[in-house]
Amino acid sequence: MADEEGNARRLHTLVVRVENKAGVLARVAALFARRGFNIDSLAVAPIADDHFSRITIVVDVESAPLDQIIKQLDKLVNVVSIRELSPDELVERELMIITVAAGADAAALAAEHGAVVLAESGHHTMYSITGPTAAIESFEDALLPHGIVELQRTGKVALDRLDLA
Amino acid sequence: MTTNGGEALMRALEMEGVEVMFGLPGGAILPVYDPLLNSSIRHILVRHEQGAGHMAEGYAHATGRPGVCMVTSGPAATNIVTPLCDAYMDSIPMVAITGQVPYAAIGTDAFQECDTTGITMAVTKHNFLVTKASDIPQVIHDAFHIATTGRPGPVLVDIPKDIVDPNNPNSALEWYEPTGHDLPGYRLHPDPDPELVGRAAELILASERPVIYAGGGILKARAADALRALAELTDIHVVTTLMCRGGFPDDHPLALGMPGMHGTYTAVTAMQESDLLIALGARFDDRVTGRLDGFAPEAKVIHVDIDAAELNKVRTADVAIQGDARLAIEAIIESLKLAGAPDAQADRKGWKSTVSGWLERYPLTYDDHRPGDPLKPQHVLETIRDHSPDDTIVCSGVGQHQMWASQFWKFNHPYTWINSGGLGTMGFSVPAAIGAKVGKPDRTVWSIDGDGCFQMTAQELVTASVEKIPVKVAILNNSYLGMVRQWQEMFYEERYSEVHLSKNLPDYKGWAEAMGCVGIRVDDPDEVEPAIQRANEIDDRPVVIDFRTDATEKVFPMVPSGATNSDLMVHPSQAEERA
Ligand SMILES: Cc1ncc(C[n+]2csc(CCOP(=O)(O)OP(=O)(O)O)c2C)c(N)n1
Ligand SMILES: [Mg+2]
Repeated sequence: MADEEGNARRLHTLVVRVENKAGVLARVAALFARRGFNIDSLAVAPIADDHFSRITIVVDVESAPLDQIIKQLDKLVNVVSIRELSPDELVERELMIITVAAGADAAALAAEHGAVVLAESGHHTMYSITGPTAAIESFEDALLPHGIVELQRTGKVALDRLDLA
Repeated sequence: MTTNGGEALMRALEMEGVEVMFGLPGGAILPVYDPLLNSSIRHILVRHEQGAGHMAEGYAHATGRPGVCMVTSGPAATNIVTPLCDAYMDSIPMVAITGQVPYAAIGTDAFQECDTTGITMAVTKHNFLVTKASDIPQVIHDAFHIATTGRPGPVLVDIPKDIVDPNNPNSALEWYEPTGHDLPGYRLHPDPDPELVGRAAELILASERPVIYAGGGILKARAADALRALAELTDIHVVTTLMCRGGFPDDHPLALGMPGMHGTYTAVTAMQESDLLIALGARFDDRVTGRLDGFAPEAKVIHVDIDAAELNKVRTADVAIQGDARLAIEAIIESLKLAGAPDAQADRKGWKSTVSGWLERYPLTYDDHRPGDPLKPQHVLETIRDHSPDDTIVCSGVGQHQMWASQFWKFNHPYTWINSGGLGTMGFSVPAAIGAKVGKPDRTVWSIDGDGCFQMTAQELVTASVEKIPVKVAILNNSYLGMVRQWQEMFYEERYSEVHLSKNLPDYKGWAEAMGCVGIRVDDPDEVEPAIQRANEIDDRPVVIDFRTDATEKVFPMVPSGATNSDLMVHPSQAEERA
């Protein structure tokens, strides 16, 4: 649980498979609230077998031991399985769409960060970017001087890296 | 066979073996009360839904079978939130059926609509909102399965009116008998890991100062016999928590009584000085541990629990075993025998004589009664104990009287002590006693209640009178919210704030009689025993005795909140001896 500098890693990625039933997300969210666990981000959607959904939860583990979070989640009747994916085990992506005041050379900026210009007007530029959290945050930093009008991030989704390089 | 949701519900409950339900009808659940008339299930009509919930709990405590209550939507559903939370905290198997507005009306703020599953999510093991009549048989089957297996707990089933109303086409279904459960996220782990069992046995053999810390899980797992076998094989002392009183006989030479904030000196101190705590179905509750960083500082810990989330939650265990308490204890016994127990055990002579010394020096005690004073509550309890059958079921409220009951009663049989441990619900006693008596009609059932608690749910004695459920209630009437008063006396410089009730209001005897009970008032110590004898002879209606007790009596020993268990305060008469 420690990085190269020996600091305890605070954010952990949990992949939680749940039954795709009404109210399940509320149960998960309520459990975090009432046990004093913090959610950093959460993304949920049905999987190929639509009886089930997959939730990627990034938890902030300063508030409680990860072990306790996992065990309490596991007690929810609708939670089928839980896995923690360590950083080297996972491939993660996040999507951000962001609108800034027009001004910079939008196409060049987008190309530099691997982003896409979704729409432009005399006043505004809207970009989208998909990537690991770090890439998204660095793009956001680059846009900061232009004046951010609005942005939305999806929160992280993650898959097991398996044997993929 | 084509049927409707209401009839299917009754039939499903009958198939789960339900013999009795506690409840009160209303609009949304009305269609279910009609097929109830043709059902074999006995229904007990309560005066307040909270009563139905606690009766279901009392029934479950006494019998081990799930307690069932059924109420309507909205205010009735919110009235059972307290019992649900109580059952959740104390792991009581219970199924609550609530009516709900018709499915199409959900979310419209319809009359008596409330988000019952939303409200009760945090206080149930699981809950269901049934959306189709055809789901009813399966959901009821699942609800009982979840309530009674693993770590037991309350399960709520919320049922919209349209799917049980025979006049509504939504209620039609083809009857079926559910086979099995489709609950992919609900897995049970009753079997202990043999390797961990072996390591537990090693720790036990090597320990010089072991203590068995037995919790409510012993009773849930029906493991009292196994516990006794383990204690006797290893000759290890046993403390029984508030939720495990009766799980190990108090008259056994290895019994040390209750640990914790108001535990016996020996139970608290033995744990504190121990080098090995063998925690069986216990959860290191703050009322047991006192200040955590000073709790049993030298002890290694073996922790057995069916709920993995309890392991390492509060105190890190050296050996943490997930499993059913009975199976785990039996496995540990086997492993100990293989390893040569009891001969191969460490020498514990010194420890045993230390413990005997504590037992001798610090028994539970209280001041003698002085002429003219009100009754001593501890004396009342001892007198009830000594004049009631050995297997009497005792149900308490919450407060001083609860602690005295737990301390001074001798619990020699499992399932004879029923109380609200985790939630500490005032008002629990009377309805829980009624539920227990319904489940065990041949046993004497005494409710030991406080005057404050009694006033919260006493109306259920009307239920008891009408339904001929002859419970006995001893009110230890100190005219105070005594436990709070004790804290104000000891920790707030005797600044008494909003704790005085009244000795004469209500007139408990008159109130009891108005509710169809025999009412007795006792002021004089000489009347205590005759009143109890009389109560024990009455078997056709409830009895209420108003014992007028001494408001200045305090519960000792006591670990002040925030202190470690080493700072236990003993009874003042023993304090000097200790210094
Ligand atoms: C529903 C509820 N409200 C408040 C409390 C806090 N409380 C704990 S013990 C107690 C006093 C109980 O008084 P009584 O029933 O007379 O018992 P006594 O302590 O006098 O024996 C109170 C108010 C509680 N446990 N439950
Ligand atoms: Mg009182």
